[in-house]
Amino acid sequence: MYSDKVMDHFANPRNVGVLADADGVGQVGNPVCGDMMTFYIKVEDGRLADVKFQTFGCGAAIAVSSMVSEMAKGKTLDEAMAITNELVAEELGGLPKNKMHCSNLGADALHEAIKNYRDKKAGRETAAQAVAHDHEHEDVCACPYCETSLEEEDKTVCRACRVEFEECPACGGITKKGEAVCLHCGKPLGAKDRGTGRGPGQGDA
Amino acid sequence: MKRTYLDHIAATPLRAEAREAMLPFLGGTFGNPQSLHAAGREALEALEAARGEVAELIGAPAPEVHFVSGGTEANNFALKGLALGQQSRGRHVVVSAIEHSSVLNSVKALERLGFTSTLVPVDRDGRVDPGDVAKALTKETVLVSVMTANSEVGTVQPVAEIAAVCRSRSVLFHTDAVAAAGNIPLDVKALGVDALSLAGDQFYGPKGTGALFVRKGVRILPLLDGGVQEGGRRGGTENVAGIVGLGKAAALAKAEMAARTEALVPLRDRLLDALPAKVEHVVVTGSRAARLPHHASFCVEFVEGEAMLLFLDMKGVAASSGSACTSKALKASHVLLAMGLDHATAQGSLVFSLIDGSTGADIDTLLEVFPPIVERLRAMSPLYTQYLKERGA
Repeated sequence: MYSDKVMDHFANPRNVGVLADADGVGQVGNPVCGDMMTFYIKVEDGRLADVKFQTFGCGAAIAVSSMVSEMAKGKTLDEAMAITNELVAEELGGLPKNKMHCSNLGADALHEAIKNYRDKKAGRETAAQAVAHDHEHEDVCACPYCETSLEEEDKTVCRACRVEFEECPACGGITKKGEAVCLHCGKPLGAKDRGTGRGPGQGDA
Repeated sequence: MKRTYLDHIAATPLRAEAREAMLPFLGGTFGNPQSLHAAGREALEALEAARGEVAELIGAPAPEVHFVSGGTEANNFALKGLALGQQSRGRHVVVSAIEHSSVLNSVKALERLGFTSTLVPVDRDGRVDPGDVAKALTKETVLVSVMTANSEVGTVQPVAEIAAVCRSRSVLFHTDAVAAAGNIPLDVKALGVDALSLAGDQFYGPKGTGALFVRKGVRILPLLDGGVQEGGRRGGTENVAGIVGLGKAAALAKAEMAARTEALVPLRDRLLDALPAKVEHVVVTGSRAARLPHHASFCVEFVEGEAMLLFLDMKGVAASSGSACTSKALKASHVLLAMGLDHATAQGSLVFSLIDGSTGADIDTLLEVFPPIVERLRAMSPLYTQYLKERGA
């Protein structure tokens, strides 16, 4: 399922760790979708003198982080900003289709770290940490009904099976609108529909 | 490298006796059970003998056992066939939140036909409260389906109690016993179920085999329209070799169940105790008391399941995980979330399931190779770093 190169970077990841005196830190992803990455960079003379990362995630996520760190090291900031998700996947000899979003996270985390460095240098308050926290409840990765992966923009409806979602206030998971309990945690949903019984037709909501 | 196979829930090895029993039907004994001639009669005899063996495993009359292509078909057949068979009485079905996708997606298919459904929650151990099933029933409800045991957390449900609730309200009750049949004693009469799904590959029979028990007198519509096979309820020439293997596996399971359980439970319990003792922040998932005899499941905090599986595989250990990354849809386990675990913890899902012949040495191997794997992954986990920082603060 994974290429030899992916397995090599997974089993022997390069540049794992934390830079205590990092010039920039970038964090993307959240445990809900399975992956979370933190990149640390050290900048000298406009180049990435050191890159370290930590990753919570699957084999692909770890391999992607490792590859991004290796590709970025020694590059100028602009060169590093030009590293794309496609380039990372290509360097790894390809990724399974359903794991492509992992490669997106890798370059994003690096870019966040560079932005964080540039913001700090320009005296701007860094938004990186706040953004990372905001993303913690961003949990929609796939439609729970037909398993089609969901894009950022269609969290309210599945483009494949056309089910409309509502978010569970308890766990943040998504369940079809009109359901009595959350598909994920079983807690009651949609106060307005509760106690009205579950007559025919509600399933068409 | 020595292989340590701890993935019963994915597949069990085919028993040699079952394979032997199948061989003639992959060779000279090739007749169609529906044929009148001697070759056909030979096949029919084998088919009916196997039906008897499967029926005996679950305490059912033989004619109430219908052969199908496996657990998924059995569940589709039960959910769609029973619900559609009763739709003149109502169009509402009730299932638990932790059912297999073949049940949950059959419910979705029914909803597309105009049915409505209610999901019944589970507690922290993954148990359904029969009282919650009673509360979910409406005048429209025609079918309830709650699994006998869950393959991801090993929890065995109070099936008889749920069946009694349904019976008292004249609602049909189906149980998906795919993970349980052949592994724990089941008797459809004592349980009081109207329908029960089972699959051969969960008790050392061949893949692609299974059966649906449907109590006599219960109306069920076929999933596969065709000829007169299986009483007209499941068309298509029978998979005679597979069915013979299933029958043999059922007979062996019935005869050996007590001995298998006696051998596996101490190993299971040792694993359930030893792993959390050996590695910090490991929690057992599912019920300790009502649990499949071959099943040990955990959540390992701060690390993700697929990464652990890949490292375990490098050490020759085969296991399963319900993490989002191991599912093709990258969706966290609906079972663990329904039990109230948070997403991060659910990502560390790991299932070790023993097979007949598993030994203490297999557990030793696992306990030896596992701690360094977790240590390695935690060393690169931002969640663990964060935890250590917060603990230090």
